[in-house]
Amino acid sequence: MIPKSAPGPSTPQSEFQIPHSNDMATLQFREALRAAMTEEMERDENIFLIGEEVAEYDGAYKVSKGMLDQFGSDRVIDSPISELGFAGLGIGAAMNGLRPIVEFMTFNFSFVAFDQVINNAPNMRYMSGGQFDVPIVFRGPNGAAGQLAATHSNSTEALYSNFPGLKVVAPSIPDDGKGLLKSAIRDDDPVVFLESELMYGMKDEVSEEADYTIPLGTARVAREGDDVTIVAHSKSYHVALQAADQLAEQGYEAEVIDPRTIKPLDIETIVQSVVKTNRLVVVDESNPFASVASEVTHQVQDRAFDYLDAPILRVTAPDTPAPYAPNLMDEYMPSAEETVDACRRVLYAE
Amino acid sequence: MADTNDQAKADGTTDKAATTEKQSSPLSGDGASDEPEGPWTQQSIDIPEGPLEETVSFDTYPADQVGHEDLGIEDEEVLDLLRSMLLQRRFENRCRQMYQQQKISGFLHLYIGQEAVSTGSINAIRLGEDSVITAYRDHGMGLAMGMTPEECMAELFGKETGCSKGKGGSMHFFDNERKMMGGHAIVGAHLPLSTGIAFANKYRGEDNVCLCFFGDGAMHQGAFREACNLAGIYDLPVVFICENNQYAMGTAVDRVVSKPDLFKHGYNFDFPCSLASGMDVFSVNKAVKDHVENYARKGQPSMLEVRTYRYQGHSITDPAEYRAENELDQRKSEDAIHRLQQYIVDHDLATNEDIDAIDSEVQEEVADAIDAADAADFPDDEAIYDHIYAQEDYPFTT
Ligand SMILES: Cc1ncc(C[n+]2csc(CCOP(=O)(O)OP(=O)(O)O)c2C)c(N)n1
Repeated sequence: MIPKSAPGPSTPQSEFQIPHSNDMATLQFREALRAAMTEEMERDENIFLIGEEVAEYDGAYKVSKGMLDQFGSDRVIDSPISELGFAGLGIGAAMNGLRPIVEFMTFNFSFVAFDQVINNAPNMRYMSGGQFDVPIVFRGPNGAAGQLAATHSNSTEALYSNFPGLKVVAPSIPDDGKGLLKSAIRDDDPVVFLESELMYGMKDEVSEEADYTIPLGTARVAREGDDVTIVAHSKSYHVALQAADQLAEQGYEAEVIDPRTIKPLDIETIVQSVVKTNRLVVVDESNPFASVASEVTHQVQDRAFDYLDAPILRVTAPDTPAPYAPNLMDEYMPSAEETVDACRRVLYAE
Repeated sequence: MADTNDQAKADGTTDKAATTEKQSSPLSGDGASDEPEGPWTQQSIDIPEGPLEETVSFDTYPADQVGHEDLGIEDEEVLDLLRSMLLQRRFENRCRQMYQQQKISGFLHLYIGQEAVSTGSINAIRLGEDSVITAYRDHGMGLAMGMTPEECMAELFGKETGCSKGKGGSMHFFDNERKMMGGHAIVGAHLPLSTGIAFANKYRGEDNVCLCFFGDGAMHQGAFREACNLAGIYDLPVVFICENNQYAMGTAVDRVVSKPDLFKHGYNFDFPCSLASGMDVFSVNKAVKDHVENYARKGQPSMLEVRTYRYQGHSITDPAEYRAENELDQRKSEDAIHRLQQYIVDHDLATNEDIDAIDSEVQEEVADAIDAADAADFPDDEAIYDHIYAQEDYPFTT
């Protein structure tokens, strides 16, 4: 039996394999996201997309390329540089029956709209005693993207996960990007959907099945292994896979789990893995204090303390603003080497 | 700026108003509004000397300019307006009491003095189709929209029968059915929401509109500018209504604004702009009707400033010592409820006795609401987990 501290209902079982069928296309991450938005907008005319440069310019990162032509300017809407305003517009529209997708050019700029995203969107259902749905998706790139320095490198997942009423999604591969974004758009709650600028060009197989969705709150076991569990989302997931490859060369099999959604967090899948491997490393490019990594660490020790053979380790950015200089930036970002080191430490391999 | 007294005399309102001084009022003796002291010499609306800027024009809606017939309001409906305003005042007077008895907690911001704004505005829209969104001083608006005193009082008591199931309190009245889109407690934060509400109406091709009320204090938030700009570029059916009650907490409006005619800020966005007296329900009604029918329903956002006055301190705990001596008494002498009562009597729509009877009924209704709220249950402890997410089985992990 896995000890459980919280009474909460169980999360859906995660798939141990990606359900790839024959209906697959090779798409870039940005194309997968676009496919999700396009399919959903074709399905439901209450959905519209608004943000800076999403229409005429085809999107700052070309995620919405061509959507203006397909849906017209009533549904793909350029906004002024007015994050507070258009985030609030989206929330008001959601309260009044529409399903907006609000693109932040990057989530660093969502702080200008912070009041709307954390004070208005998640509280409306609660404060109205359940009278108002706020079905809105706030999406855009999150985290560091090369040498952009401190104002353009924030990882916001822990921050937004702190506010009940918000859901926070952070896919790592194009297929998840599509399936999760479709679910986010259909969700009746506000969803913060975190992409990464560095992942937009990444190509992989993406389902073309009709109505392909991935439920929020289901982790993906991306690689199975018995020796150590690595939990990592978004860009860090790719770091974790590299580390797992290197560990394999050294004779250790790492199990890599991509939570895919930060809130709700599929803690069951993570705990099951730790019960098997007895060791956990969390890779998370956020600043470490009060991060997703801290939360996972807490929850695992809470539920599976007796199964742990070593302290849980985190591999994160240091507790500093993001720098500009390339060598400092290398230092800043979690690396496969640091992850391998952390795994070796919990394996007592040194 | 024109001398308001002269302005009032010039249009003859002073003399007419002065006669009402002798009128007895059913509102005396309840502690909130004593017998008016002087004639209604203070027009609550300062009419700026025009033209202010060659290129702009604006409409003004001073008190005592229009009557119910001009507005197409039936005789009996005038009594409904009075009833609505009396209900708000009686309700809030009892709120003060209930706060003292510790039945109500949290912040309590009373609307007393401003009732003509809510009532005049709501009478100008299609209730249940058009939306209303306002700030935290929201009891009056809710009641004017037909929310029951019982569900409102229950909310203040934190009961499960409250309009927000005890989750919102004084500052967060909601009623989806009546399209009361909420009282909102972060100053300025609901202005962008109003653009979204209006956006949804336009998106669906409906001609419903959104009235967005906010205080003079909210004008200084960036959210005001952003909301106006968005409404302007997307041609949204929204009326921005600044309820200028002269103070933001203890800050008198002229201490913090570089352009004191607040309605003129709408010119920055090429909005039609107007100024109305909030001390005459008919002036408000006409102004809002004009803005709704001439502009909002045609997809033109606009800005209306309604000059009014709050009698109480900012919140229940504020003794309002920042006010000048006699200021409140002077303002009370223009009381919108007295004004309407006088109008009703002068126009033979009802007698003072009829008015007293309405007032008694209303007081009864409020007393019943208090009893019902008192008798109602607090929400179950488990209700703390309700209404966070759409799914009821959302996994809580901590
Ligand atoms: C963003 C923000 N800052 C400060 C406050 C504290 N506060 C609450 S009400 C208020 C005054 C607002 O005045 P106004 O908008 O004129 O409304 P009124 O009270 O006159 O109805 C202030 C400063 C707040 N609620 N939100």
